[in-house]
Amino acid sequence: MAEDTFTIANKNFISRLIVGTGKYKNFEETAKAVRASGADIVTVAVRRVNILKKDEPLLMDYLDPKTITYLPNTAGCFSSEEALRTLRLAREMGGWTLVKLEVLGDKKTLYPNMIETIKSTEVLVKEGFEVMVYCTDDPIMTKKLEDVGACAIMPLGAPIGSGLGIQNETNIKLIKEQSSVPVIVDAGVGTASDATIAMELGCDGVLINTAIAEAKDPILMAESLKYAVISGRKAFKAGRMKKRKYASASSPDENLI
Amino acid sequence: MNNLNVAKIQLNGNPYKINHGTNLNELLNKLRIEKNKVAIEVNGEIVDRNKYSNLILNKDDKVEIVHFIGGG
Repeated sequence: MAEDTFTIANKNFISRLIVGTGKYKNFEETAKAVRASGADIVTVAVRRVNILKKDEPLLMDYLDPKTITYLPNTAGCFSSEEALRTLRLAREMGGWTLVKLEVLGDKKTLYPNMIETIKSTEVLVKEGFEVMVYCTDDPIMTKKLEDVGACAIMPLGAPIGSGLGIQNETNIKLIKEQSSVPVIVDAGVGTASDATIAMELGCDGVLINTAIAEAKDPILMAESLKYAVISGRKAFKAGRMKKRKYASASSPDENLI
Repeated sequence: MNNLNVAKIQLNGNPYKINHGTNLNELLNKLRIEKNKVAIEVNGEIVDRNKYSNLILNKDDKVEIVHFIGGG
């Protein structure tokens, strides 16, 4: 059976759903949701250790980086310098070169600053990082990112944490068509149908955090999104029927009684 | 005269007192932090994990200890 594997930077993954680990009540809930989602990759943030709270529980105690791929992010970074510093520290910490870059441009929309993002991608690639890049859904920008060596393009569906669903399906489709690296919709997915749409458009994967963490039952939502992504992927591979203007009867007209 | 043995550093943005001659390994032990779960920067430079015991902290050094937390 031909496996429909998902390859990023020469590494194979089974699940096309990447999940974030932020906004959960506690690490126990995080771990349960991640397990229910079936994700092989989780995003993590880099922050100062709380020196005053000794023996604080650590994410690593709940999600073993040996069994799940940690994808360090640069959330909260508004300049290239901050983002580079964060990812260099992340590499020292875990030894991973696969990272998620996001350089933000505005506090209210959390829209990416594409000028700083492209600049940072270039530097990181030169330093040996494999960079998955959060970006706008602008096909010219994503092309530039690919040109400077991004290993995956991650256009936003809608602003981070908004749950608005994919706002510009045409652009996502254009980006997918022209890209030779995986395209992963990052941000904006609010519920299962949004994730399915992303996959039906032909995207290689979806990255989701808030839709799970802020659901009334995060674990159930995580499971739902797992199936939504699988479902959308299968529908894309199956190739949908053509739309037509008028009805087309499903039962034959011959031999009517 | 006790002060002679004490040096003040900046640890994760806050003043922190250490004994003179403290190296990074000793600092981590004191803070009960496992070294394989963090990364450390001293004065803006990332320190190789294998060199923690060689790095002796000086007065006014800026030390940042970071780890992975939940994020999207």
